[in-house]
Amino acid sequence: MKPRHKKLVIIASSVTALGIASVLVLNAFQSNLVFFFSPTQVVAKEAPIGKSFRIGGLVADGSVKREDGSTTVHFAITDTAETIPVVYTGILPDLFKEGKGVVAQGKISNQGVFLADEVLAKHDENYMPPEAAEALEKAAKAQKASLIQ
Amino acid sequence: MAINWFKYSSPASFYTLAGKMIPIFVIAAVIFLVAGLYIGFFVAPTDFQQGEAYRIIFIHVPAAWMSMFLYVVMAFWAAIGLAFNTRLSSMFATAIAPTGAMFTFLALWTGALWGKPMWGTWWVWDARLTSELILFFLYIGFMSLQAAIDDPRRADKAGAIIAIVGVVNIPIIYFSVQWWNTLHQGASVSINQAPAMASTMLTGMLVMVLASWMYSIAVILKRVRVIILERESHSAWVTELQKKGAV
Amino acid sequence: MNWSSWSEFFSMGGYGLYVWGSYAVVFLCIVAEVLLISNRRRTLEKQYGHIHDLNK
Repeated sequence: MKPRHKKLVIIASSVTALGIASVLVLNAFQSNLVFFFSPTQVVAKEAPIGKSFRIGGLVADGSVKREDGSTTVHFAITDTAETIPVVYTGILPDLFKEGKGVVAQGKISNQGVFLADEVLAKHDENYMPPEAAEALEKAAKAQKASLIQ
Repeated sequence: MAINWFKYSSPASFYTLAGKMIPIFVIAAVIFLVAGLYIGFFVAPTDFQQGEAYRIIFIHVPAAWMSMFLYVVMAFWAAIGLAFNTRLSSMFATAIAPTGAMFTFLALWTGALWGKPMWGTWWVWDARLTSELILFFLYIGFMSLQAAIDDPRRADKAGAIIAIVGVVNIPIIYFSVQWWNTLHQGASVSINQAPAMASTMLTGMLVMVLASWMYSIAVILKRVRVIILERESHSAWVTELQKKGAV
Repeated sequence: MNWSSWSEFFSMGGYGLYVWGSYAVVFLCIVAEVLLISNRRRTLEKQYGHIHDLNK
């Protein structure tokens, strides 16, 4: 083989090798990078029940109950269609609030309660001053009220 | 006025041109940096959910954008160098990599410091964070491969292949928050939507983006000049420069 | 104006460590990058004798 051809072969084969490697990586990505399951997916048994996995959704309004004298918290994660009760002992992130996004890691018990060993807050992409957020909330409430009438 | 652009595609004349351009970009970078920090800390209001912690956005987003953008530019010049065998374009690719890697590191670092108080964790293996980490390794891989090969022209070619293949990762980073469930939130600023940010916050962020652009251009030009000297040290024009300096 | 005192500015609503930890590392990286490039150039200048800059 001429040196020029040899070089071409080396380049071609390394491009192919890298291409195959990236396809494999992407494939692994696709199956592993479901970072969390929604309550609906959990109810539909799409989540790996029996193994540790993550549930993501919103903290259901009025569901947060703290046990007296301990850091154990009971709350529920909802995606508005389905709701899963969660128990967690530990420190909650600053952004953990009712009606806000949350991702919990743990296992589901036989009683259908999610026993979390890690709770993370998931916030949205909106940034605004508190006054603007209040005004928005008021406007939303007013609209809701007018819809009911 | 007709400018002969081809004149500047030779390392020798580009060396001179770059030297003239650097101070302009340095001054622009300083002005934008001061203005951006002022808007970010003194004009932009506090955030309704994240309080003052959100102020990390003024460096996190510019760093993350630059990390992706510089990679595309690096791959572009590497590809041009590979296809047309132009020395200067390959030198540019080599000069961009360290700055790109630095911005990738900063995006990850500031993200960790932002994630801890807000999400409750320094790091998660979600698609956005993982693909940005892969970007960091691509830059490191590009640089170490080039450093491992003694012949610069061969180093350029080998590096170009990594650079070009790695471009696949850029849309993955960008769309990861749409394609997969991630802990990282979606984009606050995108082409097809009104920005989900108060206007002063957005202004501060965009001015900081401009500052990082100007900084990157200045620093890359500075590095490309050093690379030109290193590689062309035995050519006639560099010898000429040395003679003048000796007077 | 967002801040009524310097201490309020530095505390960043309790997130001072995170906010300033981010900005400090950005600053350090920029300084390090610029120094590294200047160093590389200085090494070259020593190696090949003084390189006169045409622009100056």
